[in-house]
Amino acid sequence: MPDNARMTLFGLTERAMSAQLVRMNAAASNLANAGSVTRTEAEAYRPIRAVFATELDRASGLASMHSEGLVREDTAPTKRYDPYHPLADADGNVFEAPVDETAEMVEIMESARQYQNLVQALQTAKQLMLDTLRSN
Amino acid sequence: MNEQIFGIHGAALELRSQRMGLLASNIANAATPGYKARDIDFAAALEDKLTSGSVPFGSERHFVYRLPTMPSLDGNTVELGREQIAFTENAVAYSATLAFVQGKVNTLTRALKGE
Repeated sequence: MPDNARMTLFGLTERAMSAQLVRMNAAASNLANAGSVTRTEAEAYRPIRAVFATELDRASGLASMHSEGLVREDTAPTKRYDPYHPLADADGNVFEAPVDETAEMVEIMESARQYQNLVQALQTAKQLMLDTLRSN
Repeated sequence: MNEQIFGIHGAALELRSQRMGLLASNIANAATPGYKARDIDFAAALEDKLTSGSVPFGSERHFVYRLPTMPSLDGNTVELGREQIAFTENAVAYSATLAFVQGKVNTLTRALKGE
């Protein structure tokens, strides 16, 4: 943990939620770039993915997670023969970003479900904490 | 003192709260590759807490790793349905234990007030 604060249930959920947010944003960028066309193969957009890692707090035994970074997928862009396209190269080919829209939608849905799960767990935990505090 | 008044319920409440954190950790790591879902052996941990009280929470012998129904390719053993059920069960048990503690407190308060 960057700061020396002890990890609580709230900190744990917060971190996991931001990691899910990163993942969702990555999938959204991929979707936004679906169908984008470039002149050369190297210039074409490659999809990005968030990589998750566990973050264990030994003092409390809680394990949160965070997004360790983004990796660019190494998939080859789709070569399409389209000689009348303004970006076509000498052979009349354009390169299209290799984004699988369905896979990205599934990624967003899964991320949203996990986000919901976290919110639910936090709500339950918060309610129990409040019950304990308010009990006289 | 604490043990005398609340009996098993004080220790159980603390343990329930710790288990809640552990289950929340599992839910948070549902998409982390290679994460192994953990739970505590509640009976053993409670026994330890009551008898010695010196074994801190987090000592390895209280932890049990979940056996996945179907192992996944990325090595993650979290099954969301299972974790949610365990979380709910733990929350209900927490409420129950809390009710017992509250009952004790109410009894004591009434005795002190002399009603």
